[in-house]
Amino acid sequence: MTILPISVIVLCSGLGLILIGLWGMLTQRNMIRMIIGFSLLDTGIHMVMIAIGYVTGGTAPIIDAVVPAAEATSLVVDPVPSALVLTAIVIGLGVTAVMLSFAVRIHQTKHTLNIDECTESKW
Amino acid sequence: MIKRLFIALVLAMIAVMFLDLAANYRESTSLSQLGYYYVDQGPAELGAANLVTAVVVTYRGLDTLGEVTVLFISAAGVGLMLRRERKRDKGNNGDARMRHHKPSSEIVETATELLLPMVILFGIYVFLNGHLSPGGGFQGGAIIASGTMFLLLALPESHISRLLISIMESLSGFSYVVVGVLGVILAGGFLDNRIIGLGTFGSLFSAGAIPLIYAFVGIKVGFELSAVLDRFREDTDIT
Repeated sequence: MTILPISVIVLCSGLGLILIGLWGMLTQRNMIRMIIGFSLLDTGIHMVMIAIGYVTGGTAPIIDAVVPAAEATSLVVDPVPSALVLTAIVIGLGVTAVMLSFAVRIHQTKHTLNIDECTESKW
Repeated sequence: MIKRLFIALVLAMIAVMFLDLAANYRESTSLSQLGYYYVDQGPAELGAANLVTAVVVTYRGLDTLGEVTVLFISAAGVGLMLRRERKRDKGNNGDARMRHHKPSSEIVETATELLLPMVILFGIYVFLNGHLSPGGGFQGGAIIASGTMFLLLALPESHISRLLISIMESLSGFSYVVVGVLGVILAGGFLDNRIIGLGTFGSLFSAGAIPLIYAFVGIKVGFELSAVLDRFREDTDIT
């Protein structure tokens, strides 16, 4: 039996999380649950990006005693996807905060979190 | 029913797309060309031991400035969304609707007073060592904000100065841009970190302006996220 490489496991769970998140956003009627679905989708995308940047046997791209600068190119994973994910996490946090504040406002004015009861702007 | 069927169909189609992606995935055995350049040249060029930091703060520094801007706009949006309601309620009902919190137990209060400085100190440590170890401005800022969260949970009556938050936030954001412009004048381009000497590789004061930029980012993110948490807290008070 062959053991799956770590990057394949991360990639597949990332893709699975994206699907779960999309399902949550499409089927749930409670706004908080939809926001949780978005967060799952977000995390799934981050995991896929990390899996794409993985290099077989690579370690974190930080130069120290174990990873000397001269041999670094053969020892580390790609730093570019890691940097992109760092950016994406922060943006995701900002988007989630704004969505939650919308949910709080809607709950204040309508006293419900059910998206089906917000019908004013529906065509 | 049709809606559910449609959702299932959409998800199945996306799943098929992903299946193809997962089946054709091959783990790469070497760095991409861009990644190779950053790993090969980064340490000598910028003096930062953490190459992710080198990419985030200097090579792609403009993106990080955009990222900080997005975070600022979202914090401002949260502030705008949750402010008006609070004012109106206060005007109408005064203190009558303010919920009176049950005071925390002495154990919780003492533990908070003991731990809070350490949490904040750890946040500062994380953003000052962003160029040497895993961590950086955003992570350090998030740790500082978690300290604020801690304070708000343990001592709900505590008050965070709005004025201090906005002054610190604007100052650090402004300094970040000033450092970026200094890069244009003194070094190779916008947000170039070589405006001050690179120092000894691997020491705290090395990598030129990277610790400086990350300190500004850390302070900015810490205060911004604290303000967001504070907004959500005040909102629960009225309900």
